[in-house]
Amino acid sequence: MANVTLRNVRKTYPGGFEAIKGIDVAVGDGQFCVLVGPSGCGKSTLLRMVAGLETISSGEIEIGERVVNTIEPADRDIAMVFQNYALYPHMTVYNNMAYGLRNRGMPKPEIEQRVREAARILEIEALLDRKPRQLSGGQRQRVAMGRAIVRQPKVFLFDEPLSNLDAKLRIAMRVEIRKLQRRLATTSIYVTHDQLEAMTLADILVVMNGGVVEQIGSPLEVYHRPATTFVASFIGAPPMNLIALEGSELRRQLGDHGDATTLGIRPEDLTLTSGDAGDGGLALKLRVDAVERVGPESFVYGRPGDHQGEAEIIVRVAGEHTPALGEHVLAVASRAKLHLFGRDGRRLEP
Amino acid sequence: MHKNVVFQHRWLPYLLIAPQLLIVLAFFYWPALQAVWQSFLLQDAFGLSTTFVGFENYVELIRQPEYFGAVIRTFVFSALIAGSSLSFALLLAVMADKPLSGSTVYRTLLIWPYAVAPAVAGVLWIFMLHPSLGMVARGLRALGLDWNPLLNGNHAMILVVLAAAWKQISYNFLFFLAGLQSIPKSVLEAAAIDGAGPMRRFWTVTFPLLTPTIFFLIVVNIVYAFFDTFGIIDAMTGGGPAKATETLVYKVYLDGLLGGNLGSSAAQSVLLMMMVIVLTAIQFRYVERKVTY
Ligand SMILES: Nc1ncnc2c1ncn2[C@@H]1O[C@H](COP(=O)(O)OP(=O)(O)OP(=O)(O)O)[C@@H](O)[C@H]1O
Ligand SMILES: [Mg+2]
Repeated sequence: MANVTLRNVRKTYPGGFEAIKGIDVAVGDGQFCVLVGPSGCGKSTLLRMVAGLETISSGEIEIGERVVNTIEPADRDIAMVFQNYALYPHMTVYNNMAYGLRNRGMPKPEIEQRVREAARILEIEALLDRKPRQLSGGQRQRVAMGRAIVRQPKVFLFDEPLSNLDAKLRIAMRVEIRKLQRRLATTSIYVTHDQLEAMTLADILVVMNGGVVEQIGSPLEVYHRPATTFVASFIGAPPMNLIALEGSELRRQLGDHGDATTLGIRPEDLTLTSGDAGDGGLALKLRVDAVERVGPESFVYGRPGDHQGEAEIIVRVAGEHTPALGEHVLAVASRAKLHLFGRDGRRLEP
Repeated sequence: MHKNVVFQHRWLPYLLIAPQLLIVLAFFYWPALQAVWQSFLLQDAFGLSTTFVGFENYVELIRQPEYFGAVIRTFVFSALIAGSSLSFALLLAVMADKPLSGSTVYRTLLIWPYAVAPAVAGVLWIFMLHPSLGMVARGLRALGLDWNPLLNGNHAMILVVLAAAWKQISYNFLFFLAGLQSIPKSVLEAAAIDGAGPMRRFWTVTFPLLTPTIFFLIVVNIVYAFFDTFGIIDAMTGGGPAKATETLVYKVYLDGLLGGNLGSSAAQSVLLMMMVIVLTAIQFRYVERKVTY
């Protein structure tokens, strides 16, 4: 059991490209930390630095009160699950799991007992004598998990472990990983670019973009109070509506809005109505462009007034009763649900 | 999945393979058949008359201790070449696989020896190891080693093996490099996290994953040592001293062309042909199964 602490960590690749530009993260003992961000933002790089597979250009990484900057991966007491699983193709499932224990000189009976226990937890007992190529994608994923848990390491590292699975299996495995992590109470760092996976798994969510951290917090904190316009648009599906205030008639409606240049409203915080906003809230006149019905809810896409140039606004409506295409509707939001962002994209505290 | 192409014209496929077939027939099957026929004949000393003698040439051969000696010698020779060139090529490939700057130059340089003609390679090594001319030989002598491949059979064998193995290193290197690069990096990283040091990683992960390549190369190298080393032997030692480097192929040449014993020479080539067929069959069976892991 261990904390993981990153202090002003930077990474410059040999070519001179700075992939990580100073990151501070503290993951408490037994917590599940999810690194989320768009492709190329440096998530894998950061995770691999924690694993010891990439050198640390500057800053400090601490695992369990011990600075590990110059410590070999083998001696960091971590286990990693790779995106492509990285199973040893020439070894049976049993040997895949036993390999790390044998390398550490564990006595045979104990290895056997640990591997059987892990196989039981992951329900892969029947597969122990197979080679990886004889397994389905989901089974390989389980073996990769098994290989990590038999070691009983201080920290689990996951690099997009579910991205090669189909949608249904992905959800099932997501739930299982969470249950397993709770049960073992092992500190975990999990990389994904899927915001839903991030929201559902995380104790602490780290939203990254372009080698820097945009926001750290609990998933709901990040959802309800996004620190930047980037986080606002990245977390949540469909994303938050972001409306430029410059030259918009919304300025007048808002009255005192400080230095805000961008207004954010979540699709579910907008209500379609025939009345008006009242209580200092906001009212948007929309012309309906498109409607998506997904069963329990529907998404209405519209543009404010006649301004063709303005960004499309998404409104989430419960049920299937939606306005017709081309209809003019009024979308209102209460003042408390508005997010205001300054010129630099940072949130202005209301 | 079917990849069969359906030809509109019935004869077109046969027409397309005809040139290849003709070449194979004219330059392989015809001489091969001739050799088989020849191996059943016995010519008198002046080449004036030939008699059909059945398997007598073969029986004669097998009775000959010299032939048996040549078989053993060829096996030792092949094993030495395959062993040394494979292990050295693997070492070079493992070093070249590291992501270093300038590795392309290094790789290109390593591939060059393959383009050197066998006889040239032989001469090159002679210059280095010639007892009186070669600089390496002089160095060895300075170390108190009486290096003389012209008189000492073992030394001659070492010399030929060196030259022949050296020529094959490039080829092996290329295959090993390709094999190494097809091993996913993450598998080795997983092994590193699993507590395996570089040596252990090599022997428990890299090496087993290379076994298909190694097996393929062993067969290729043995075939090479059996048949393609004629030029090197001819240029370097001519089979000597005292038959110390006379391999099966070289013996065919000596007995047939120089010794005038065409029947025995033909019988020897037929036996050699059978060995290639066996080796190739092993290889094909293996390639079909493709992987051991
Ligand atoms: N070995 C390398 N040398 C140079 N640049 C690299 C190297 N590896 C990654 N990068 C760069 O560093 C940046 C971050 O890469 P990284 O793999 O960490 O992204 P990621 O967030 O994991 O993306 P993805 O979601 O696509 O996996 C990218 O711009 C990438 O091009
Ligand atoms: Mg990645």
